[in-house]
Amino acid sequence: MTDKARSPITSAAAAKHLKRRRAADGRFRYYGLTAILTALGALAVLAVSIGSQALSAATYNVVRYDITLDPAVVAPEGKSRPADISRNVEGFYSLIRDNLLDTFPEAQEDRVLRRELSDFVTRLAVLPTARLVAKNPELIGSQITVTAPLNDDLDLYLKGGGVRERKIRTGLIASVQAGAEGTYALQGAGAFDKLIAGLTVAGEGRATDAVQMDVLLTSGASTGRLTSITPGAATMELLTGKAEDFTNDRPTARIILSPESERTISDRQIAWTLALKDMGRIKREPRWTLLTNSDSTYPELAGGLSAIVGSLLTMLVTALVAMPIGVLAAVYLEEFAPRNRVTEFIEVNINNLAAVPSIVFGLLGAALYINFLGMPRSAPLVGGLVLALMTFPVVIIASRAALKAVPPSVRSGALAVGASQMQTVFHHVVPLAAPGILTGAILGMARALGETAPLLLIGMVAFVGDVPKSPMDESTVMPVLIFSWSNNAERSWEPLTAAMIVILLAFLLLMNGLVVFLRRKYERRW
Amino acid sequence: MLQQLGQLPMGWLLIALIAVFGSAAFFLGRTRAERLLETSIGRMHSRPNYHGYYVAMCTVVPVLLIAVAYAIFADDLTRSQLTRELPSSFDRLSAPELQSYLDSVRMAAGTAASSGADRVFQAITNRYLELRGFVNAATLVLLGALAAIGIFWSQSRLRPDFRARALVENGMQLVLFLCAGVAIATTAGIVFSLLYESLLFFQKVSAWDFLTGTRWNAQTNAEFGALPLFFGTFMIALIAMLVAAPIGLFSAIFLSEYASPKARGWIKPVLEILAGIPTVVYGFFALLVVAPAVRQLAIWINELIIQVGLSSEPVLAAQPTSALAAGLVMGIMVIPFVSSLSDDVINAVPQTLRDAAYALGATKSETVKQVVVPAALPGIIAALLLAVSRAIGETMIVVMAAGKSARISMDPTSDLTTITVQIVSLMTGETGFDDPKTLSAFALGLVLFAVTLAFNVVALRVVKKYREKYD
Repeated sequence: MTDKARSPITSAAAAKHLKRRRAADGRFRYYGLTAILTALGALAVLAVSIGSQALSAATYNVVRYDITLDPAVVAPEGKSRPADISRNVEGFYSLIRDNLLDTFPEAQEDRVLRRELSDFVTRLAVLPTARLVAKNPELIGSQITVTAPLNDDLDLYLKGGGVRERKIRTGLIASVQAGAEGTYALQGAGAFDKLIAGLTVAGEGRATDAVQMDVLLTSGASTGRLTSITPGAATMELLTGKAEDFTNDRPTARIILSPESERTISDRQIAWTLALKDMGRIKREPRWTLLTNSDSTYPELAGGLSAIVGSLLTMLVTALVAMPIGVLAAVYLEEFAPRNRVTEFIEVNINNLAAVPSIVFGLLGAALYINFLGMPRSAPLVGGLVLALMTFPVVIIASRAALKAVPPSVRSGALAVGASQMQTVFHHVVPLAAPGILTGAILGMARALGETAPLLLIGMVAFVGDVPKSPMDESTVMPVLIFSWSNNAERSWEPLTAAMIVILLAFLLLMNGLVVFLRRKYERRW
Repeated sequence: MLQQLGQLPMGWLLIALIAVFGSAAFFLGRTRAERLLETSIGRMHSRPNYHGYYVAMCTVVPVLLIAVAYAIFADDLTRSQLTRELPSSFDRLSAPELQSYLDSVRMAAGTAASSGADRVFQAITNRYLELRGFVNAATLVLLGALAAIGIFWSQSRLRPDFRARALVENGMQLVLFLCAGVAIATTAGIVFSLLYESLLFFQKVSAWDFLTGTRWNAQTNAEFGALPLFFGTFMIALIAMLVAAPIGLFSAIFLSEYASPKARGWIKPVLEILAGIPTVVYGFFALLVVAPAVRQLAIWINELIIQVGLSSEPVLAAQPTSALAAGLVMGIMVIPFVSSLSDDVINAVPQTLRDAAYALGATKSETVKQVVVPAALPGIIAALLLAVSRAIGETMIVVMAAGKSARISMDPTSDLTTITVQIVSLMTGETGFDDPKTLSAFALGLVLFAVTLAFNVVALRVVKKYREKYD
């Protein structure tokens, strides 16, 4: 612009036109950048949303119980063989339930409360303990410490999900006086000012005097529900613990924004959970059960072991079938095939097979393997065979590229010293192409590992509680387990599903990392 | 005795036998050839190893054929004989009932724990085991005999001038050819199984009604008008392409024309991660994040429209699962398919074309828009076609996020169903293979296969032609 006199543009209209063209040029570049950022942003959102969910499932809350293994309960007369003990779920469960009832005596008489307290542990959570005792019968009669996962809804509550609540610290409570039917009058000058302000905000100005939302007041291991609040006094219905705990204390008030009827957990259960936490009996631990347990109908017990083993068995079958066939077919097409109609037809077929929707392979598997050949449904053998049909075109395409990359001079050299064509190929060309063939095969396997749809059609979607031992056993695989879990209605399945996704992605990452490693280490440019 | 034979783990046994026979034959052949080498005067045509391979080949191939025949026919054979021997009281059972009864017999025979079952059942199970034991024993005897014959016959042929290598290599080449033939067999299997089951279906429901009917109610009312499914598939694929086409194309243009080699070096692999994520993960993402967001947006738009006064009632359906949610996520999934292939074809456009445009004074964007993209257009179209085919055949995202109601609605926030969703829901039920419900899944599969095949063939042909043009 400084050299305007020498610019070829003389008229104002042309200058304007040029400016417009340059602006369009800038805009065009900006569109491209936006497109890329959108795609990368979508990937980031996906990663963050699933990662954050998975993180919440990476740990879970377990409750500690100190129980005495009463022989009459654990190993009653005639049922004292180890096999009976390990199956005595009811007995062990009753020990844990009694332990809870001892901790919270208020639930002993009331049937509803008993049930609410029983919800803390699912029956099957005692199975590891039962097996331990069955293996070490000398433990019977002694006192042991058992940990069992907390109910999934309460676990979610402790992690800050499921129930929306606001915490407010109240002022000093000066006195507590017992009223009728387990209610107590709390008094303290201005103790509830902040709480009332908080309620006003939470209720959007509607609830000032009458409490419409549940307000829980917690001090130590004791919790009560407030039934009426004024700035200097409140009436409290004690849910658990001792009313004396509140005197001369500044208890924490929890405004729970969803009414009790719309929640999966009751006020009383929240109170008990808080009490257990205060007693130090609830601990947040890494959730190894995700890798060591099999599928369960209870989220707190569910794990992916059977699906991981199922996936490995399926991949084993796929690899054993698809890799040899794919590699040998590629060797034929690249090294031996005459250029004729048949070869061309095979090539067209391979390219098309690589693009056929995966669900069509599922239909083929259902019709061919299950209906025609009568193979068992839900077996890794059938799943592996279906995935092998899907994978081998990919293996062929990758192997051909690797074989093509081996320079002709290698072949000429081998042929020149008298090797047959077969010897040339298998002694010289294939070993040189092996890293490329292997990386292609691994990438094909990675795709097969994440495949879901064809496996749904051959019945691998069934609930499988046992770890499969052979490729003929009923089984499921990781992606199908993700699909089944995501279908479950309860909210606590969401983080679990995300965690399972992370495990699946970790496997895929491992395979891709292997590919990168192999390429770095063995790839040679000719 | 026969009953115990019936419980043999034949699968493992056969594999072990093949391995044993094969290696034994190889070593016998090789030692014999080595002895020939010592005693013969001249040179041998083939090295001893090839003689070993030859003997092994002659032994393993017949044994393998017997094993395959056993795997396919043994159970059917036992069953048909058992069915013939069943007491006449079983005559009133229908074919499927008899099937499931025999299935349970086989299960009981497999576990050998028949306590608690009634006497007739136990007797039948025992008879099944006997028959099975007979088949097993016969197979094993036949196998051993064939292996022995193979070993002795092929060994007797070994001579110093025997062309073992040529024969082994011919056999090997046949194996290679058969492996390549699996591709044809797979395609043939797909076409045949889809056609066969579809023809069975079209005997019950006319093809015309299937392709043009507007009411789909396969699960309950046996109404098989697939038009709503085609519409849903089209609609979701359209939404996906509206997302993927511009983003993928502009990404490709930016990567190949604007980005520095360094930026390109890391953006491209990151974009390709999108193609490597399993679709079930996308489905979960759609269900967890996108579908609720779409619903919120739709509700907000509804309220806005009502407030403005354009309408007195909600315009959008705002359902928890929606075509828009599934389409958006599918679009994200398809981006790398568009961008990767487009990037390749744009890079293949010769630099001379660009230089010519610059020489005429075109700006970079004008060069891209008026020279590069038109030159790469066939390839870009092929990329888009492949992406459409991918979107039509995609299953998990729509199964999880698109809903199940078959309807024709232009509202993208309502739930639509697709061909693939219906195939999954029809095939995951507990219905037999002769049920029209199951058969209709194959008819849908046939349509899906035909449509995606057409897209693929056209796209691959265009790509091939295009490559030839600039190579």
